[in-house]
Amino acid sequence: MTGREALPHYVESTRLQHFIDYEIVGKSALRVQRWRDQWKLATRRPRPDSPLNPPLRCVAHMKEIMSRHYLEGRYAAGVRKVAWVTSGAPTEPLQALGYFLVYPENHAALCGVRRQAQSIAEEAEHAGWSRDICSYARTDIGAMLSGKTPAGRLPRPDVLVCCTNICQTVLHWYRVLADYFGCPLVLIDTPFLFHEAREHEVAYVKRQIEDMICVAEEIAGKSLAEKRFQDVMTNARRGAELWLEVLNRSRHRPAPMTAFDGFIHMGPIVDMRGEAVTVEYYERMLAELDERIDRGIGAIKNERYRVLWDNLPIWFKIGELSKWLAERGVNVVASTYTYAWGELAPMIDPQRPLDSMARVYLHPILNRSTGHKLDSMKGMVNEFELDGVILHSDRSCKPYSLGQIDQRDRLVKKLGVPALLLEADHNDPRDYADEQGSNRLEAFVETMEASA
Amino acid sequence: MSRVTAIGIDAGSTTCKLVAVDRDGAIVGSLLEPTEPRVEIQVARMVDALHAQNEIEGEVPSIATGYGRKLIKQATRNLTEITCHARGVFRDLGRAGTLIDIGGQDSKAIQIGDDGRPVDFMMNDKCAAGTGRFLEYTAARLGVPIEDLGKRALSVSLEEPLSSTCTVFAESEIISLIARGAEPDAILRGLHRSLVGRVVSMARSVGIVPPVMLSGGVARNEAVRVMIAEATGGDVVVPIQPQLMGAYGAALLGGAA
Repeated sequence: MTGREALPHYVESTRLQHFIDYEIVGKSALRVQRWRDQWKLATRRPRPDSPLNPPLRCVAHMKEIMSRHYLEGRYAAGVRKVAWVTSGAPTEPLQALGYFLVYPENHAALCGVRRQAQSIAEEAEHAGWSRDICSYARTDIGAMLSGKTPAGRLPRPDVLVCCTNICQTVLHWYRVLADYFGCPLVLIDTPFLFHEAREHEVAYVKRQIEDMICVAEEIAGKSLAEKRFQDVMTNARRGAELWLEVLNRSRHRPAPMTAFDGFIHMGPIVDMRGEAVTVEYYERMLAELDERIDRGIGAIKNERYRVLWDNLPIWFKIGELSKWLAERGVNVVASTYTYAWGELAPMIDPQRPLDSMARVYLHPILNRSTGHKLDSMKGMVNEFELDGVILHSDRSCKPYSLGQIDQRDRLVKKLGVPALLLEADHNDPRDYADEQGSNRLEAFVETMEASA
Repeated sequence: MSRVTAIGIDAGSTTCKLVAVDRDGAIVGSLLEPTEPRVEIQVARMVDALHAQNEIEGEVPSIATGYGRKLIKQATRNLTEITCHARGVFRDLGRAGTLIDIGGQDSKAIQIGDDGRPVDFMMNDKCAAGTGRFLEYTAARLGVPIEDLGKRALSVSLEEPLSSTCTVFAESEIISLIARGAEPDAILRGLHRSLVGRVVSMARSVGIVPPVMLSGGVARNEAVRVMIAEATGGDVVVPIQPQLMGAYGAALLGGAA
């Protein structure tokens, strides 16, 4: 099945609809919603029975930014060129060309947080997609086939950009999308790194980014303006730097935010890196975290143990897990996953955009050896003064989960920190057993108690 | 006046165990029953019986463990089986090292530190392979009483290898083997090998230092003991009452003995 007629829920908007429904009504409504949220956050009474301190005030802004992004998505098709991209795709030239970007992985995570992922994934399963496929892929394919989405509506892509620096599933997933949408697919192949990237590897990726730009220019009907490209790169670097600073604020005791907060607040750096609004948002967030640090306010009330989270979050369990752990004095202060969007900031060079992009997009943690990940984790255990590590063995994400048994072993034996392998899935609740999960987590907390 | 200073309650998925200890941490009373659907009512009745048996008057501290631990309202505190088994076995056998606990619903490998606390642990993944349930389920298919399983498995030298460690698939495989005329005891031997292979491979991830200690109901099965010894290349040490170790550890932690 291919072609537009097969997917009737992908409709185009007119410029007038975009202007009225998004620019005028939508943006205003979201601003009012933000004011209401801010008022609620400012006036709500502290809950003495909650193990968590009140949420960050900036969450109201984050909600507005992300909602605005998805709202624009509803009206983007027909008005702006649309690209669907993988989370590790080199998107800066697309942004500079004025593309509206859809991140299917982020959209799937949204479905997960809203607890709609299973029913949407089942749409894909009913159409024949195996349950062994990544639950992000199943969620998005299910959304594509059925039109079901908590975002209201997604815009049909004019181009697909798939970069293999996060996994090989995306290669097949995006071919499926290309088949259904009948649009061009740009594939960027990133050689797996067992070391720092060598020059010929950088040149290989750079050439593919240049090819992507040619395709994107042709579809957009315009050329990439150098100045605009550099501005986007400057914002991308600044945004990533700020995000890294935000995460590193949790080195303080008590940590002013949890990794669970990080999973939610990473929305802008994933979906809108390269935009000024992202830079502004993380500046705001950083200021609030500094204020918390000055006043000695932690994310949880009684921080007894500081823990690292490895792998993607369990999106449908974020709130419950955060509270459950906080009740036991456990603050998950760091995560390899949220760090991935900040740790490469120093590599971004707006003066040498293509070279530095090639380098950056070769070096994500998932495109590097398991030994590199272990070293990163060891570094975080020391720098964040951690008492334990939770390694989420994610049924859907094989590249992230590969090597975790050995990594756990090394962390326990070499660093002497308790480490738990927790079996679950980032988006499919059918792959998480509550009772068994909490039993293992409790035993893990007791092991930290014993080691204290 | 009663000598009991604390009670340990292990509300497991298959059996429910209670242990009373004295000031010196010695077991002075115990009860064991198959777990009933309303475990909280069952435990309340068993606690009364233990009180009567040991002439306990008034309240004594009690710690609950096992899957039903959160339902035990009269417990002062609840702790996981990891901590309780480690403490019970450490006290009973007097040594640190690798403990394998095979219970009805899950199996665990625990590295016990020099002070009797768990240093590291691994539990079976979500499926029931490598647990007592695996043996129970497949034994029922062969019509062999659970207490005879180990003896029967060791009574033959022929072994029918089972390729599947999944409880449900193993059952299908057993049906096929029976249909092909395989010897039931040889199937049982293969079944035990499969369980032991799974458990030992899990134990390797926390590190095995022989002699391996065993606890949980399945430790009473001699074939499991023999095969674990073969797989780990050393002796296997088992407490006299392996099933009670969780409740014993809980009682010890309750009395801080």
